[in-house]
Amino acid sequence: MLVEQIAVFLENKSGRLAEITAILAENAINIRALSVADTADFGILRLIVDKVEQAKAVLRENGFTVGKTQVLAVEVEDKTGGLARVLKCIKDAGINVEYMYAFVNKTGENAVLIFRFEKMEEAMATLLKEGFTILSREQICSL
Amino acid sequence: MSVHYWDEEIETLPRVGLESIQLRRLQHLVARVYKTVAPYRKKMEEAGIRPEDIKGLADLAKLPFTVKDDLRDNYPFGLFTVPLEEVVRVHASSGTTGKPTVVGYTAKDIETWANVMARALCCAGATKGDMIHNAYGYGLFTGGLGAHYGIEKLGATAIPASGGNSKRQITIMRDFGSTVLLSTPSYALNLADAMDAMKIDPKSLSLRVGIFGAEPWSESMREEVERKLNLKATDIYGLSEVMGPGVAQECLVTDRGMHICEDHFLPEIIDPETGEVLPPGEKGELVFTTLTKEAFPIIRYRTKDISRLYYEPCGCGRTMVRMEKVTGRTDDMLIIRGVNVFPSQVEHVLVGIEGVEPHYVIIVEREGNLDTMQVQVEVSEGLFSDEIRVLENLTKYIQKEIKDLLGVTCKVKLVEPKTIQRSEGKAQRVIDKRKI
Repeated sequence: MLVEQIAVFLENKSGRLAEITAILAENAINIRALSVADTADFGILRLIVDKVEQAKAVLRENGFTVGKTQVLAVEVEDKTGGLARVLKCIKDAGINVEYMYAFVNKTGENAVLIFRFEKMEEAMATLLKEGFTILSREQICSL
Repeated sequence: MSVHYWDEEIETLPRVGLESIQLRRLQHLVARVYKTVAPYRKKMEEAGIRPEDIKGLADLAKLPFTVKDDLRDNYPFGLFTVPLEEVVRVHASSGTTGKPTVVGYTAKDIETWANVMARALCCAGATKGDMIHNAYGYGLFTGGLGAHYGIEKLGATAIPASGGNSKRQITIMRDFGSTVLLSTPSYALNLADAMDAMKIDPKSLSLRVGIFGAEPWSESMREEVERKLNLKATDIYGLSEVMGPGVAQECLVTDRGMHICEDHFLPEIIDPETGEVLPPGEKGELVFTTLTKEAFPIIRYRTKDISRLYYEPCGCGRTMVRMEKVTGRTDDMLIIRGVNVFPSQVEHVLVGIEGVEPHYVIIVEREGNLDTMQVQVEVSEGLFSDEIRVLENLTKYIQKEIKDLLGVTCKVKLVEPKTIQRSEGKAQRVIDKRKI
């Protein structure tokens, strides 16, 4: 139940993020979660959207470099220690986190953690075994 | 001002005498390369010319040109005219792609080179009593060792400082009492800045003359160097394919060009488009034929440097023709901190990396007094990753590959696709923002 995430290469130039979001809006694509990773020279925008293929296509048409990666979405109760429990389990299994970001769902009861692990399948198996809830993209989009 | 000569008789020889020496040497050279170097013989046969057709200096124009690609095609030693046992040294400079341009010297060539370099030093007013600070890089580059042998030949004291570590260089200059400085002009300005930072007044040093070359520089840069280092700045010219430093040197009298050691290096100016020889005084591409070199003679080598020749007598008494300060190139070669860089070399590195599209642009700037090179590479989907680490490793890798091949440190910047201008015809690969 891996979730497809799109990633867009961004030069550190003003207005690039505004441009991308405008393109997505024009095409009625909804962003469910996003994060921006940046260095001094460039950034990477990571997005989870409702229409993956369409988003990729329109961004490409507009000249962006777009990639697609699989990430894992873990739902935890929005309570102290929620993230810590997930990370402890991952650490005990000896798996590295490449990056992560999080958002809280509309009701505010649960938090959704988006992970990219070094070993995705192994991480998913570990988390399922420990009883964590893994969300699919459809589930994220319907939150 | 008294004028010093290294070899007064030859340097002030009436031109008739000089031309007769040139012709004799040229005939000898052409006969020798025809006999010993297959690629030269082949080219001459194709052009329908035989050594005995060289009856006067004007017949030089009948000979085929040699270009940098000929050196690459015969890499590494294919154009040497003597067995390798007789070659006592090799030097190399950048080729247009991956392979460097290799040149070789016999013991006699090294002696000739030391003599022309000693002549250049004298021409700039250096004498036996000088403490000569040589900040040209020592190594495969001809600058360091070429100048060094000339300094020793002159009988002056050589300080083989080589490049880098400005603070130490300045300490040496102060403590040893350096009187003559040899470096690239941009490095000279860098030294001036370092002196400023060290709170050392150039007037407290003993520097008198600077001999600057290996990269293009302007008259305004000359004034700046003279003011900041409190010395007389002179221009030197040379290239490894012809010999190295010492091919031509500015004297202290003229403000118009460098005297070419014409008894060793025969210059021509041609129209770079048609290859026609241009009349004296006209601007065009500089072409050299070596008259005395043994291991690696070269016939009508197209330097791609733009200059002109002045045959008018010079106030210093030298009869040797003067070449104007090089004002540009006929190709896209860049000189970055004294190192020759061809955009094609950068391309060669990039196409060798999987996923990298050969869409790049080289941006050259001068920050402070040092040249900086930035290579912008478009990120294609093939190499894009959503992980910062992967992209950063990629830029480091490209940087290292370029450094390994070109010997120049550059900054690699990843850019979005289509940011680099595509033109209808030739892509603009280089943006040179330096104000030289």
